[in-house]
Amino acid sequence: MTRSDTGKGPAWGDTGVGLAVLVLAGVVGSQTLLIPHNSLYAQVGPTLIPWLAAALLAVLGALLTWRGLRGGWEHEEHGVLDAWGLCWLLTGLVLNLALIGTAGFIIASTALFVATATAFGSRSTLRDAGIGFALALIAYVGFDRLLGYKIGPGLIEGLIERLL
Amino acid sequence: MDTLAQLASGFAVALTPVNLMWCLVGVTVGTAIGVLPGVGPALTIALLLPLTYKVDATSAFILFAGIYYGAMYGGSTTSILMNTPGETATIVTSLEGNKMARRGRAGAALATAAIGSFVAGTIGTIGVTFLAEPVVNFALRFGPAEFFSLMVLAFVTVSAVLGNSAVRGLTSLAVGIFLGLIGIDLQTGQPRFTFGLTELLDGINVVVVAVGLFAVGETLYLACFRQQRPGSGDVMAVADSLWMTREDWARSWKAWLRGALIGFPIGAMPAGGAEVPTFLSYFIEKRLSVKPEEFGHGAIEGVAGPEAANNASTAGVLVPMLALGLPTSATAAIMLSAFQSYGINPGPTLLTQQSSLVWGLIASMYIGNVMLLVLNLPLVGLWVKMLKTPEPLLYAGILVFATIGTYGISQSPVDLVLLYVMGLMGLCMRIFDFPSAPVIIGMILGPLAEQEFRRALQISQGDLLIFLQKPLSLALLLVAAAAVLGPAAWRVARGGREAR
Repeated sequence: MTRSDTGKGPAWGDTGVGLAVLVLAGVVGSQTLLIPHNSLYAQVGPTLIPWLAAALLAVLGALLTWRGLRGGWEHEEHGVLDAWGLCWLLTGLVLNLALIGTAGFIIASTALFVATATAFGSRSTLRDAGIGFALALIAYVGFDRLLGYKIGPGLIEGLIERLL
Repeated sequence: MDTLAQLASGFAVALTPVNLMWCLVGVTVGTAIGVLPGVGPALTIALLLPLTYKVDATSAFILFAGIYYGAMYGGSTTSILMNTPGETATIVTSLEGNKMARRGRAGAALATAAIGSFVAGTIGTIGVTFLAEPVVNFALRFGPAEFFSLMVLAFVTVSAVLGNSAVRGLTSLAVGIFLGLIGIDLQTGQPRFTFGLTELLDGINVVVVAVGLFAVGETLYLACFRQQRPGSGDVMAVADSLWMTREDWARSWKAWLRGALIGFPIGAMPAGGAEVPTFLSYFIEKRLSVKPEEFGHGAIEGVAGPEAANNASTAGVLVPMLALGLPTSATAAIMLSAFQSYGINPGPTLLTQQSSLVWGLIASMYIGNVMLLVLNLPLVGLWVKMLKTPEPLLYAGILVFATIGTYGISQSPVDLVLLYVMGLMGLCMRIFDFPSAPVIIGMILGPLAEQEFRRALQISQGDLLIFLQKPLSLALLLVAAAAVLGPAAWRVARGGREAR
């Protein structure tokens, strides 16, 4: 299930990855310039390893780009992208981020749960919502109350607070 | 003090009711997450890191180690019954194990995997018991230069040698090193790569990166390419008895011992990893088998050997971790970060300064292996039920726990965004076949390597040649250079075109 690299046309995906690594090298390098230099530690200052990391990324990015242009490297054949699934999953992640600060963890997690289950092909939304809510509730009680996480306030969380 | 006396004192620690409880919780959780595809020990331990604020260090490490080696037992169940490896180290098990299950011999396959894991886990633990102290005594002579060179060697072997491609492995490592640099430099107090965000001054939490790569990234990948996985959700029934026949025993026991003897030393080397010894064991068993024609159709040695090898190598990985502070797997790297959150300095001094922790941990591994044997064989029905969790609910649940693990420690939306960014990076890495473990290892080990590097240069007053003047340091760097450049040089020498 691997793609042979006998076809010598550029593999644009692989080339793009190589370029992204080069961009990261550029970011690391330019940000290293911003690290204040303290002459007291000039020999072994805080910038030496960052420079090495930037250089390493630049070399590797160049190698990857070069390989990408020469037909790319072998990787697993992934098949057709399920755009619908990806959309549902991303929707779930965004909803989670949007709701967690306002409605609270339990509601946000229920939304995330339903969207993810839908992304994976589930069509029983109500059942998923029920399971997701129960799981979030158990997780909240377990992690926030017993394990000492601080998951933060929310609508349902406030109700639990009052009940206890 | 004599090793056996130390071990006895370790048992005194491990046999207290509280620690026995943590050991049982660890191996049970470990088996469960090993069984579930998509959840691994690195992810689970990352999610449980906040426990370190509540539980004392010994108990936490007994729990974490239990999860680590328990996952290897659980992973074999998934490989045998589902043909989808629960853990990367159990890929080989599915080759023969699933074929055995298809021939109605699932019970025998599960039994040889569990008993072999027990035998090898125990041999591996004996190895840790007697190897830890000599390694520490050797390492006590190391200065910063030697430590730095040793870390360079570990970097190279975990990223360049073990994976499919040195360039991609090293890229993952370099990204990890960069992530580890973010935050305030501890030696000078200068902020680095914070991009003006106060949230980044303390650095990026390794939990966010591990959970992002392993949980969010993997879930994104599976959601993107859902239809293309045939036969998933196809769980074989355990039709036969779990009691192995006389022939099964005769064919298994040597494979267990050989697997353990291959797995432990490879795990204990600074290279680490459980994949190489399992493949090696598989090929050796294939060569030595009395019935080589059965290989590919469900040969019991092909389950017994690799399963023993992966458990022994898991124990082996604890040798460099406990004796040198050198993590060689993503899970070990996250355990190392747990040491840091206790303010414990991992490294050669650990064994003397935290002797009750280390020996308690080692003793708990003997106990945990016995518990796992009991958990895995009679309770196999329970794990089969767990395997039947529908995929939509499993991955939805994983994402909920991923949220708790990151948002729940900081309540910071920045961490949640970072988690998603890491998830997208994990997705790309998965699609373009970049290994993810070097990211975690680079992130944890990178800052430690930098510290040794700068210490060494302070001693030598800025002279970089110090790394080449110390013989041991030079030797380690030469081995590292050979490991990266050797294969490429070999290809050039043979005049072959690059075959990757």
